Amino acid sequence: MNRTHRAIALALVAAVGVSGCRRTPETVATPTDTTVVPTETCDAACRQRTADSIAAANAERDRLAREAADRARASAIAAARNTLLATIYFDYDAFDIRGDARAALDAKLPILRANAGLQIRVAGHADERGSDQYNDALGQRRAASVRRYLTDNGIDAARIAIVSYGEQRPAMSGADENAWARNRRAEFEITAGGNNIVPPQ
Amino acid sequence: MRLSVQHPGTLALMAALAFVLRGSLAYAQDSSLTVRIGLTYAPGTKPGVLVLPVNGADGDSVRAILQRDLDYGDRANVIAGEAIVMDTSSDGSRGRFNYPLYARLGAAAMVQVTMTATGLHVAVHDVRTQRVERVKDFPLAAPPLSPDWRQQLHAISDAIEFWITGGRGVAATRILYSSGGRIWQVDSDGANPTALTAANPPALYPAWHPKATHMTYAVMTEDGMRVAIRELNGNGSASPRMLRAPAGSVNTSPVFSPDGETILYAHGLDNGTDLFAVPLSGNESPRRVTVSRGRDAVSPSYSPDGRRIVFATNRPGGLVLYIADADGTNAEALTPYNFGDRSQRTDPSWSSDGRLVAFQAETDGRSQIYTVSPRDGGSPRLYTNEGRNEDPSWAPDSRHLVFTSNRSGSWQLWILDTESNRVRQLTHAASGARAGAWSPRLIVH
Repeated sequence: MNRTHRAIALALVAAVGVSGCRRTPETVATPTDTTVVPTETCDAACRQRTADSIAAANAERDRLAREAADRARASAIAAARNTLLATIYFDYDAFDIRGDARAALDAKLPILRANAGLQIRVAGHADERGSDQYNDALGQRRAASVRRYLTDNGIDAARIAIVSYGEQRPAMSGADENAWARNRRAEFEITAGGNNIVPPQ
Repeated sequence: MRLSVQHPGTLALMAALAFVLRGSLAYAQDSSLTVRIGLTYAPGTKPGVLVLPVNGADGDSVRAILQRDLDYGDRANVIAGEAIVMDTSSDGSRGRFNYPLYARLGAAAMVQVTMTATGLHVAVHDVRTQRVERVKDFPLAAPPLSPDWRQQLHAISDAIEFWITGGRGVAATRILYSSGGRIWQVDSDGANPTALTAANPPALYPAWHPKATHMTYAVMTEDGMRVAIRELNGNGSASPRMLRAPAGSVNTSPVFSPDGETILYAHGLDNGTDLFAVPLSGNESPRRVTVSRGRDAVSPSYSPDGRRIVFATNRPGGLVLYIADADGTNAEALTPYNFGDRSQRTDPSWSSDGRLVAFQAETDGRSQIYTVSPRDGGSPRLYTNEGRNEDPSWAPDSRHLVFTSNRSGSWQLWILDTESNRVRQLTHAASGARAGAWSPRLIVH
């Protein structure tokens, strides 16, 4: 992409140069040709135009390069953000961290370490089965268990708020194992420092 | 059982048969129904009651509400006669009553209601002896058909039910519940569903003050669930008092103690959830009641004398009911736990006569309504089998339960008569209804 743009920019510079300055007469004009034909090679204005066009091309190249770098950076930030916000899931009536959830939490650690100003809230949720009020407690246990995993791995507890929504905010409606499995979860939300995330090296 | 009078001849037979069947069944279950308040009828049976047409403006509404209340009370068979059959004025015999006809229709009692300047004059007649047994003038002052008027009329129904059956009805009550993130109340007959809280923040799990002056409930905030207490003064403008709680903690399932002095609720932060009690007056800190040691305790309910509590805990592994003194001491399991058992037993409600604890337990993966004796966890009894059924709450008669069921296709409140297993749907809320809480009696004559 970058290379292609640069090639186009250079071609542009060449084209401007040819049309503006290098049109020296190679044959004698016929008397009927009343158009003014430049006789000198390139006057001051011409040189200025050349310089301007080169500067413009350079600026464009730099802008494109900057944009590309920005895009790469934004995409790294977005990836970091997605990793940080990725939901993790739990087994029925359980709040211990499963293997797949452990991997998802481990992936969040370098992002939290690289961004000391980042603060998050972990929301624990339960599926609709069983007592609503027990599910409030279970959601709390799930959120607390996530916080404990992160703090055990060196993240300051002050950066992690927790909340339980019990079974009140299902991610998926339905009364089958598929919906229940999607609803037994901990969700992540950035509460501070989300505007300047540094992707981990 | 509800009878029609299309064919009075066969009806008397049916009624007699029904009395025999019901009598033997009910007598086998509970002999304490042998009650005589003026009227005489066989022990354990449901007496037939006939309410005469009521003359005057709104007379039809008065009669319809009285009949429905007596029917919903489940202690009497309401005989829904055609008005012409019982119209005492149509045959020129005004003031005289056709007792033989009432008897043929199956009535043991006849209720005669006259509208007065200040309310209703009610006379209850014993059909067998052909005498007036009870007479009373009741106030009925609110604008006709208004919610207050209906409550006053419900209280008259309850008094009539007491005269005839010896058991006081629960028509003059309301039920709190949550629907669409708001707390609502509805009359015991399903009339006047009214939202009491705003849509935000979401509010859940309402419970009544023992004098019905306040309610307590849980509010879901982004900083955790909080316990709220609000006055129920009718204008709905009172802002709730929020119990203080640490940021990020869960605070749920609040209830008032029977003396109204204390709120008992479940509080959890990082390491399990326990019951805490906080006095409503003064500035005392919440006092820990249960010690779950890293497990959870939720959904408490007080014994009627306030000295004991029943609650749900996963202390043994799965969620079961425990019973303890109100300060948390002498805790012991009320329902058994078998290792590996994943069927939860939860949401207990202690009846106001102290005799039973109702709760939900899972059977084949579906929650159902049960009762056990709080003395020893004995005499378990199952009441439901259709759909999923949860969160029972006793009526003040210790006989009816309101519970949540999805049997109609959405979660709605239903009412169960634990004597007959009869059920009726209470709510038809568009966004569903959950967590019903039955009020104490609101008016008692």
